[in-house]
Amino acid sequence: MSTKTDKIDRLAELTQANETTTGASLWREAFRRLKNSKMAVIGAAVIALFVVVAIVGPWLAPHTPTAQTWRGEVFANQGKFVGARGENWFGLDHLGRDMFSRMLVGARQTLLVGVVSMLIGLVVGALIGMLSGAAATLGGRTGRRVDTVVMRFIDILLSLPSLLLAVSIAAVMGQSLTTVMIAVGVVQIPVFARLLRGSMLSQGGSDYVLAAKALGVRRKRIVLTQILPNSLSPVIVQATLSLATAIIEAAALSYLGLGNPDPAVPEWGVMLAQAQRFFDNAPMMAVYPAVGIIVTALGFTLLGEAMREALDPKLRG
Amino acid sequence: MPLLSVDELTVTFGGRGRTPSTAVDGVSFTVDQGQVVGLVGESGCGKSVTSLALMGLLPRKGVTIGGRAVFDGEDLLAMGPKKLRDMRGSKLAMIFQDPLSSLNPVIPIGVQVTEILERHRGLKGEAARKEAAHLLDRVGIPDPRRRLKEYPHQLSGGMRQRALIAMAVACAPRLLIADEPTTALDVTIQAQILELLKELVDQEGTALLMITHDLGVVAGLCDQVNVLYAGKAVETAGRRELFAHPTHPYAHGLLGSIPRLDAPRGEPLNPIRGSINDKIAWADGCAFAPRCDFYTMECLTGTPQLTEPRTEGHRVRCVNPVLPEAPAEEVPA
Repeated sequence: MSTKTDKIDRLAELTQANETTTGASLWREAFRRLKNSKMAVIGAAVIALFVVVAIVGPWLAPHTPTAQTWRGEVFANQGKFVGARGENWFGLDHLGRDMFSRMLVGARQTLLVGVVSMLIGLVVGALIGMLSGAAATLGGRTGRRVDTVVMRFIDILLSLPSLLLAVSIAAVMGQSLTTVMIAVGVVQIPVFARLLRGSMLSQGGSDYVLAAKALGVRRKRIVLTQILPNSLSPVIVQATLSLATAIIEAAALSYLGLGNPDPAVPEWGVMLAQAQRFFDNAPMMAVYPAVGIIVTALGFTLLGEAMREALDPKLRG
Repeated sequence: MPLLSVDELTVTFGGRGRTPSTAVDGVSFTVDQGQVVGLVGESGCGKSVTSLALMGLLPRKGVTIGGRAVFDGEDLLAMGPKKLRDMRGSKLAMIFQDPLSSLNPVIPIGVQVTEILERHRGLKGEAARKEAAHLLDRVGIPDPRRRLKEYPHQLSGGMRQRALIAMAVACAPRLLIADEPTTALDVTIQAQILELLKELVDQEGTALLMITHDLGVVAGLCDQVNVLYAGKAVETAGRRELFAHPTHPYAHGLLGSIPRLDAPRGEPLNPIRGSINDKIAWADGCAFAPRCDFYTMECLTGTPQLTEPRTEGHRVRCVNPVLPEAPAEEVPA
């Protein structure tokens, strides 16, 4: 029954599918290159694991992250912390809470802080950069002035040490998770703004923009359809890379005691900060969240670097 | 009345605090309807700047443009930016040198072609797509429907240049400016593209201003040729006249420097000595004098004027033109 004709049909379908993919866009090309990059695959795997843990972590956790399972064990062990054991894979913290459960539950907060603050930086920064870049490329005296004013403001933001800026914002707004997100996000704004503006300006001088001008395409349209789509790839790479930075900075802020004060919601940065007091007795308590932060940041960095390579216009074939 | 009449076009670069440098120094020429006019010269002689000035594509800051360029009864150089934008692409179009970088890499060809049709001819949706496919077909791109969906990097160099030509002729412009359209292509493709341009000129009656350094292109395509040197036209003649009797020593040297296949083996090439940097200001004399084999002290007394030493319409800017009765023996030591 299902022999030759079926096979031929299937083949025809396959070739048709292939034909439709001949119109491979820049992004599809980049994705294909990403799949072949070991760096990207490792990075993506780490990120995927992190995201899965962040989503289902609270259900996976063997203990309630806030439940104290101490029962005087520290006392019994003569002040020594309970290390890793069958019941508590990562041991217990200074209040006798299960470290493994806290790590799992804390992943969500860490991811949330990273993503939200990156988004704040990306959205606000890209808007400012787009405004400035568009003003500069659309030209005219007014445009250039707008660009200059905006960019000097961005320069001021950029000239402040990022951690100092974040600490100041956190200090003004008080201690909470939202504060950390905003503080870390604001620090990222000038980076995105400058990047997009610079990219737009360099694209503005390119041959195809000149060619579009020579064909009478309107300036607004040139900015929107010609310049902007070509300027986005460095911004997207930066977004991936700054996720890593955001997680680290958020951890740093938590470590400095500006993070979420709510003990019911574990967060890796806060856990690291608390662990420092017991570093002599229980170094492993600091190692787990630290390794978690490092590995996650590394995952984002690897993917970001791989994306940078995949989107590099010099490698476009 | 000619379609385009450029009169004493001058372009000077240099803003505040910088010494101004004059890229185009009083160039005059005309282009008639359906005529192919060549602007020939080496790098830096001002040919590309001339074309950009005509299109109004030079930056406004730090550039001073003088003279007049009357196109279809209106001065392009005095036109407001909005009016000029409406002109570009519809009545006046340009083809650039590098077809890859002149196409937007992240947008399919089809969008880039329909964009112009939307802008100048008000076509939308399927009508625009149909016309775009027709245009691609017109410039010899096979399977245009499929090509419309493709991105520039998926097209070959020749095909890209064809697509750009399709975009340029989308609105049947009166004048097409081609700035070295074949430089980035290999020889067989060059021939095809030139053939296509010739065909468009013949069939549509479009005037073509061909900017090139390739004398082969000039010989194959142009009706009238202007040889530029250091921002000034040094010789203007019909194609046959120029190739038969190059009269300005520069044009003479250019034609003499073309390597010939039938030359005996081992015969050295015959370049023009020096480079375009070895020039003097036109105000002091002939800019070409330092490289010229025929120069005399007379060459250094002010700007030489255009004269017609040989035949009418063959204008030469030289005090010691290369004429049959003035052969090379008369060169002073």
